Amino acid sequence: MLTPRQILFWLIPIPFLLAFCLLAGSSGFGLPDTSTPTGHALLELRLGRLITGFVVGAALSCSGCALQAVLRNALAEPYVLGVSSGGSLGAALVIATGLSALTPLALPTGAFLGAAATLLLVCMIANRTIGYTPNTLILTGVVAGSMLSSLLMLLLSFAKTRAVHSITWWLLGSLQTTSWPLIAGVSLLIALSIGALCVEARTLNALLLGHETAHNLGVRTRFAVPCILAAATLAAAAAVAVSGIIGFVGLIVPHALRRLTGANHRTLLPCAAIFGGTFLVLCDTLARTLFAPHEIPVGVVTSLSGGPFFLYLLTRKGNLPLT
Amino acid sequence: MITLSHITAAYRDQTVLHDLSLHVSRGELVALVGPNGAGKSSLLRVITGLLPAQGTVQVAGTNIAQLCPRARARLLSVVPQEIARDIPYSAHDFVLLGRTASLPRFGGPSAQDFEAVQEAMTLTETWSLRQRPLPEMSGGERQRLALAMALAARPEIILLDEPTSHLDLRHRAEMMRLLTRLNREQQVTVLMVVHDLTLASQFFPRLVLLSEGRKLADGTPAEVLKPDVLEAAYACPVSVFPLPEASAICVLPRL
Repeated sequence: MLTPRQILFWLIPIPFLLAFCLLAGSSGFGLPDTSTPTGHALLELRLGRLITGFVVGAALSCSGCALQAVLRNALAEPYVLGVSSGGSLGAALVIATGLSALTPLALPTGAFLGAAATLLLVCMIANRTIGYTPNTLILTGVVAGSMLSSLLMLLLSFAKTRAVHSITWWLLGSLQTTSWPLIAGVSLLIALSIGALCVEARTLNALLLGHETAHNLGVRTRFAVPCILAAATLAAAAAVAVSGIIGFVGLIVPHALRRLTGANHRTLLPCAAIFGGTFLVLCDTLARTLFAPHEIPVGVVTSLSGGPFFLYLLTRKGNLPLT
Repeated sequence: MITLSHITAAYRDQTVLHDLSLHVSRGELVALVGPNGAGKSSLLRVITGLLPAQGTVQVAGTNIAQLCPRARARLLSVVPQEIARDIPYSAHDFVLLGRTASLPRFGGPSAQDFEAVQEAMTLTETWSLRQRPLPEMSGGERQRLALAMALAARPEIILLDEPTSHLDLRHRAEMMRLLTRLNREQQVTVLMVVHDLTLASQFFPRLVLLSEGRKLADGTPAEVLKPDVLEAAYACPVSVFPLPEASAICVLPRL
């Protein structure tokens, strides 16, 4: 486990890595000539992608950390409560109905509303059964996710070919965003969600021992658990809205960082934000440049780099404890 | 210190405590005994406010529902029946969680918090384990750490839910001696769920016997551990004989 000084040492290369990612592009390595409109547009495009990648990576990583602690499940990740399916259905509806052609904000709004509505539905159902117990939440999330995925498939089977193509591309995940107001709005929402999770870091530490022990330690679990779930899932919903479904970041980054920094969420969450954000920016740079000029979906890079690591964790310990 | 008046509690439709009243005075050492499903752990949950109940629960003169969670946790610590194996903390960090209710929302632990942790770990003989991760520990070591976590809060009341189940003879006796000492020297009130009736008779001056959510007997070990009372509670023939050399009453099931 790293000491705080060692963690600070690991933070040093991050600005250089981010600068490297900003300079790397499918058109070559280097700062575009900003005196020309093309160069200016190129730099703006790369900067937008870098910021989007960083905030989405931070959101997914922090959301994964919080959900793994609250649900006490090593396999929990930002989409465990069905927000990805809800977001996908919302986005697909916007594309299929042609609303996405009206304004660039329609698609992320549809995805966000779909994801947020799913979270609300899952929490309401879980609360009506035996409360916010980890198993109830996970099962409700899985069932809701399956049902929404089926609705998405139903929609795809009736959609026009062009809409099917757009929906499929959206589902693959992309950090290509041209709207600065959208980036600003999503960044603000994600920053607020991560801030709320950081405020509840000590609660998350106690919740790792189980809800009953956390209650005995003085945590107002009936209030804190829904608040943490809402903050973690809203961060994920905001990420889905701007980037589509990007897998593995919210699962792998928390596991890797717990091994490096320990399970104290006061350290883990800020580290997850910084390292998770950087990881996704690096993956996106690879996605843009590896087969340039052809761009591959960033979800492919995160899964192909995260998958082997996940299997390594499985084979190393036999299971995936929250360590 | 703890006053329960006409408590009735249920999990959904299943009533687990029926019109139960109990008073535990400051500095008392009380064992809750009874068969499985008698409502012992549920009673502890009612006292901590986790299980809502009809009737009134007062702790240190205040209704438990009106105590804020942090104030409740500073007043009353709980040692759970079992600590999960996969908790990703070092022993020291785990015990430090016992100070959760005393820590400021944003600041880190103070010297006083670390001092309380060291004191609790020394008392439970776990200080030498402080760097070890919890998943690598035995059930007995985890149980001693759970007690250390409860003691780190420096509470006035400790509720224990069968904490000796994973302990060997020596550590079982050590835990009981430690609780007796804390009770005698610091007037800590102890209410503990115990399955081992002989152990209960050896260390507790007062036993409360529960059966099917009702209080069946309440008194000294000699008053409670009677064959007819125990047979009614456990639905099992028992042999009871005094062990003067151990200051205990031995209770064995008759085969």
